[in-house]
Amino acid sequence: MATISDPPERGFRLSQLIFDTRYRSMTIQVVAMILIGLLLSWLISNTIHNLEALGKDFDFGFLSQPAGYDINQQLIDYNNQMTHGRAALVGILNTLLVAVLGCALATVLGVVAGVLRLSNNWIVSRLTAVYVEGFRNVPLLLWIVLIFALMTESMPTPRDFRGEDGSSMILGESVAITNRGVYIPNVVFSRSLGGNEVAAPEPEAPAAAAATTNMAGTYGASRIATGGAGVQTGQTDSAATTGAAEGSGAEGGEVIPTSSGWDWLLILAVLIAGSIGAKVLGKRATRIQEATGKRPTTLPLQIASVLVPLIVVLVLLGASLDKPELGGFNFDGGVHLRNSLIALWLALSLYTGAFIAEIVRGGILAISKGQTEAAYALGLRPGTTMNLVILPQALRVIIPPLISQFLNLTKNSSLAIAVGYMDVRSTLGGITINQTGRELEGMLLLGLFYLVLSLLISGVMNVYNSSVKLKER
Amino acid sequence: MKKTVTLGALTVAALAAGAAGAATLDDVKARGELKCGVSTGLAGFSAPDANNVWQGFDVAYCRALAAAVLGDPMKVAFTQTTGQTRFTALASGEIDVLARNTTWTFSRDVDLKFEFVGVNYYDGQGFIAPKSLGVASAKELDGATVCIQTGTTTELNLADFFRANNISYEPVPIETNAEAQQQYLAGACDVYTTDASGLAATRATFETPADHVILPEIISKEPLGPLVRHGDNEWGDIARWTLNALIAAEEYGVTSANIAELSSAPTNNPEINRLLGTEGELGAMLGLDAEWAKRAIMAGGNYGEIFEKNIGEATPIGLSRGLNAQWTEGGLLYSPPFR
Repeated sequence: MATISDPPERGFRLSQLIFDTRYRSMTIQVVAMILIGLLLSWLISNTIHNLEALGKDFDFGFLSQPAGYDINQQLIDYNNQMTHGRAALVGILNTLLVAVLGCALATVLGVVAGVLRLSNNWIVSRLTAVYVEGFRNVPLLLWIVLIFALMTESMPTPRDFRGEDGSSMILGESVAITNRGVYIPNVVFSRSLGGNEVAAPEPEAPAAAAATTNMAGTYGASRIATGGAGVQTGQTDSAATTGAAEGSGAEGGEVIPTSSGWDWLLILAVLIAGSIGAKVLGKRATRIQEATGKRPTTLPLQIASVLVPLIVVLVLLGASLDKPELGGFNFDGGVHLRNSLIALWLALSLYTGAFIAEIVRGGILAISKGQTEAAYALGLRPGTTMNLVILPQALRVIIPPLISQFLNLTKNSSLAIAVGYMDVRSTLGGITINQTGRELEGMLLLGLFYLVLSLLISGVMNVYNSSVKLKER
Repeated sequence: MKKTVTLGALTVAALAAGAAGAATLDDVKARGELKCGVSTGLAGFSAPDANNVWQGFDVAYCRALAAAVLGDPMKVAFTQTTGQTRFTALASGEIDVLARNTTWTFSRDVDLKFEFVGVNYYDGQGFIAPKSLGVASAKELDGATVCIQTGTTTELNLADFFRANNISYEPVPIETNAEAQQQYLAGACDVYTTDASGLAATRATFETPADHVILPEIISKEPLGPLVRHGDNEWGDIARWTLNALIAAEEYGVTSANIAELSSAPTNNPEINRLLGTEGELGAMLGLDAEWAKRAIMAGGNYGEIFEKNIGEATPIGLSRGLNAQWTEGGLLYSPPFR
């Protein structure tokens, strides 16, 4: 029997840092840390040095200087005398707009295509396969430019809508599809919360009055963005056209219908309250069903709880449709969805939708077939099985990759400059940088904005993810 | 993705700027090539021809500069820049000189830290519209959709013009001249605005140029000229006096046809002698040899010859000299004396 004695105590030697596994990982980390720190400090000192050599300082003061340039699509009030900061904000809102629209449409497209690709119907599944493979495998920029080119080259110009034999508007003369974008009607209110302008009483020379307001009208219509809150100034003007055109013959003092952000906020609040009410009704029905086994009919009540308050509010505000009308060079009134927005929105949605379709398909396939069979054995129909059994479980697999698709879509929206969509990359990261020469500051701000936005999106989606993930008790 | 690229580009730009250092002349000589920033293609000013050789009014200046510095007008590497990328390209040292119809303004000279070496074309911003639109004046453009190259002074002038006249417009921002042309021809905008020379050049490439009119209003002063980075005065002097040599050559009647004869022996005009290096030490003062200006002029002729060959009345672009005539003929071209 050999006794094993402890190895003799030896002092710490430097070579242990490399050859002893206990210390080696520590050594590697410290060295890597130092290298990264050196690289960073070199980059920073190099930048400072070069900025000095160029005689440039590092200053964000340019954000409060007047911008001097105009932006066509603006969700908040903006003119070229406002600051670069304001212009950046307009761009940020435009980015957010296309990101939200894009994420919504991409999700719908993706879920539909993903489910349909698993369909037993050969034609349907092949068609969606063509869609997915086609959009997924061609660069996004090409799709954006292609849709933009299709819109500008193949649609009629506003001038073609003149005369009898020209192009005509669709949907009861309310929607005009032109090569400058799509003009759709806008909802205006005669008792707006933002206050209504009153038409000039007793216009002495109707033609002259119409001409002057027409000027304001074209201003509004040509400068107004895609609906939503904050269209007040422009809409006031464009509504003035219609008001003046009609009011020139009528008695003076007529109220010009308009819309303000407050109106839309009120409508939104009513809608939210209505849907909460509908949800409460649904929960009550479920409670009764669980207690008695019979589910009371709630659908009409639920619909009423959303619609009735909405209609009441619309009537109280005196809502009416403001249809686009052919003005001097362009259509006046209504909402102008520019080609750039449409091309960017559709291309981003179709492209990202193809990826989401694959994620959805993967999520559904990840649910064991036994689940379907068990549901069928309980007597559930295929539709109910999909909605109540498969999709809720598939969501757990779908959501994490879906987050990164949303992030992709948002960041890809910076390709907007290709079609002249004035997003934050075009305003702050494009024109502002060019006019002020503040490349470093502008790019840092731009990077910071996308970083914050991405973190926000993934934060919100993570909250949703944890609400649908498997509850472990 | 875009973000990373931009930040990466910034880093690269920062590194490149370190390398660019002060002595651009030494860098160019060591490289054996002049790096010149031009437009992405504007007929007559800078565009590659059928053999992929760059031709044009701005290109000719770069060739003259290369001839003066390196002795060979073909030793130029052209970098295409858009309205948005040009200043970054110059500031970062990616190019040695920018000759891209760039307007000399206070803020570009002072705040953006560039050195305009002179004016090679006196221009102004105008509008082009289809004849069928029936517009006779830019003041009738209330409510019109206007195509505009983004990141240029024209964008700011346009805003000022419409504000001053209290009329409205819808701007359609576009990256390059070619895209603007396509949008304009498709009718996506009612009018296109840029420098009047650019409009003439663009119109010349239309299928039916006669269907389009350039509106009479010139809404701004656009002195276009080459520019270099602030801080390297020696390089700035070379760029400035090469341009002046081309202008002075026309004034003194030095052409590519008679330059060999004039420079073979001192003439009885001392100004020509100093210009062509047969008298005085002007070349050495610039850090070049005595025949620098002779080579610059031989590269494409004097200013007048370059003008007539690329954008003059005999070309499809058909610009008249107008403001760009010599001061002796009622124009604004006026080279300081070679003395």
